Amino acid sequence: MKKTTLFDIISPIMIGPSSSHTAGAVRLGLLAKNIYKNKPKKITFKLYNSYAHTGKGHGTEKGLLAGVLGLRVDDRRIKNIFESDLAKSIEYEFQYADNFKQHPNAVEMTFEGETNMFIAGESVGAGEIAIRRINEFNVKLTGKYNTILIVYKDMPGMISQVSSILQYHNKNIASLNCDRNAKGKEASMIISIDGAIDNDIVKLIQEIPEVYFVSYIEKLEN
Amino acid sequence: MGKINTFEQLFEECISKNKQIYEIAQENMAQEGEITVEEVRVFTNKSLFAMKEAIQSGMASKELSMSEMCGQDCWRLQTRYKKERAIFGNTFEKIIEYALATSEENIRMGKIVACPTAGSCGIVPAALVAVSEDYNHSEREQINALITAGEIGRIIAAKVALAGAVAGCQAECGVASAMSAAAICQLRGGNVSQVLNAAALALKNILGLTCDPVAGLVEVPCVKRNPFLAVHSITAAELALADIKSKIPFDEVVDAMEQTGALMSPTLKESSQAGLATTKTALEVQKKVFG
Repeated sequence: MKKTTLFDIISPIMIGPSSSHTAGAVRLGLLAKNIYKNKPKKITFKLYNSYAHTGKGHGTEKGLLAGVLGLRVDDRRIKNIFESDLAKSIEYEFQYADNFKQHPNAVEMTFEGETNMFIAGESVGAGEIAIRRINEFNVKLTGKYNTILIVYKDMPGMISQVSSILQYHNKNIASLNCDRNAKGKEASMIISIDGAIDNDIVKLIQEIPEVYFVSYIEKLEN
Repeated sequence: MGKINTFEQLFEECISKNKQIYEIAQENMAQEGEITVEEVRVFTNKSLFAMKEAIQSGMASKELSMSEMCGQDCWRLQTRYKKERAIFGNTFEKIIEYALATSEENIRMGKIVACPTAGSCGIVPAALVAVSEDYNHSEREQINALITAGEIGRIIAAKVALAGAVAGCQAECGVASAMSAAAICQLRGGNVSQVLNAAALALKNILGLTCDPVAGLVEVPCVKRNPFLAVHSITAAELALADIKSKIPFDEVVDAMEQTGALMSPTLKESSQAGLATTKTALEVQKKVFG
């Protein structure tokens, strides 16, 4: 875990009442929005455990929806988000479930639209979050770094091809995680980088023949 | 400069460099965040401003929380003080009003500063703003005090996570009161030793505080606990300003808090499985709110 700084103690400025159940929910929604990128037609949120049981009293549903609609944790519109024009622009549904294998504050978000995407995450405390799954891939995204998500054919040499592009552009890798659904089939690579990257780098990675899909996921501001 | 992770290290750093806690803290934060000291102070001022906004909105509202358990106590208090003044006078009135105003603003989904947490958001602002208003402390002094409070919280957090689920309310409202005691002591001209003793005395006297919220919500007992512990922090600051010392050094008090938190039953750590949360009335409330 990242060590606590002076700023962590005297912030965030946020809409109450709970850093994990309100601010954390907003941040999960925001990061999911950065991952999905397009405007969805419909989003289904499935809340688990404590999120399901006490979410209503903490504004967890409001926070999640506000987040995917792009509101930040200190936006006063969160409180009345359901009545806002912003919320009326999309369809959404909330489901609730218990599953002891899931984190106490877990949520699954299914985005439907031009593309469909499944994004699952957890609010791990003090407003910190982690996206743990995108479609069939296990990931770990905390929103603290700008991140490149790559889905590619599982074969030797892919990491080196991607990292050499980043090296050429003088980008430092903060962390790198890979996962695959089966040997020789699809694999995913999550690269967190220091600083930001521009679209040209994303295009270069996209041009690698075995890469199916690249997405640049921007970090959260607070 | 080595990383400061204990109050002993902080004290020695202050003494050897002849600096105050906020000076060391803002320099370290600037270095760590790769920003200037001025930017650290601008950030702090934003939090300070948001605290004052939350007090103002909270003082003006009577709106209930979703559960309808809380939301009108600050209004009740103000109504009383229009007729009859508090026995301890104006500053005392302000402190308990501001703490309730902020905490109630939190539970009605208003905008607050988690300092250190959302559930304990009323304590530091109430003491800091009320004392600053009544004793004419400048914005510069208020920023110094808030940075001091933040540094106290940071060093405690280096040892114990500031979460009710980890160490009970000791780690939330308790730590907030230690931060607040340090802030007030700083504001009133206390020296480094006095500031650290103020925080130690505040923390030492809330050890064992559990986290047993009714219906799992940040409302009962959290909202009213904020004015209680804001006042508690003033007691600690007053003692420390008289050079009264904590017999147990601050680092050891934090160790004791960590140990007490570890020994505390999980049923009393934010899980609402015991204590106030499982009283007859609490269970009735829970049923009414969540079905």
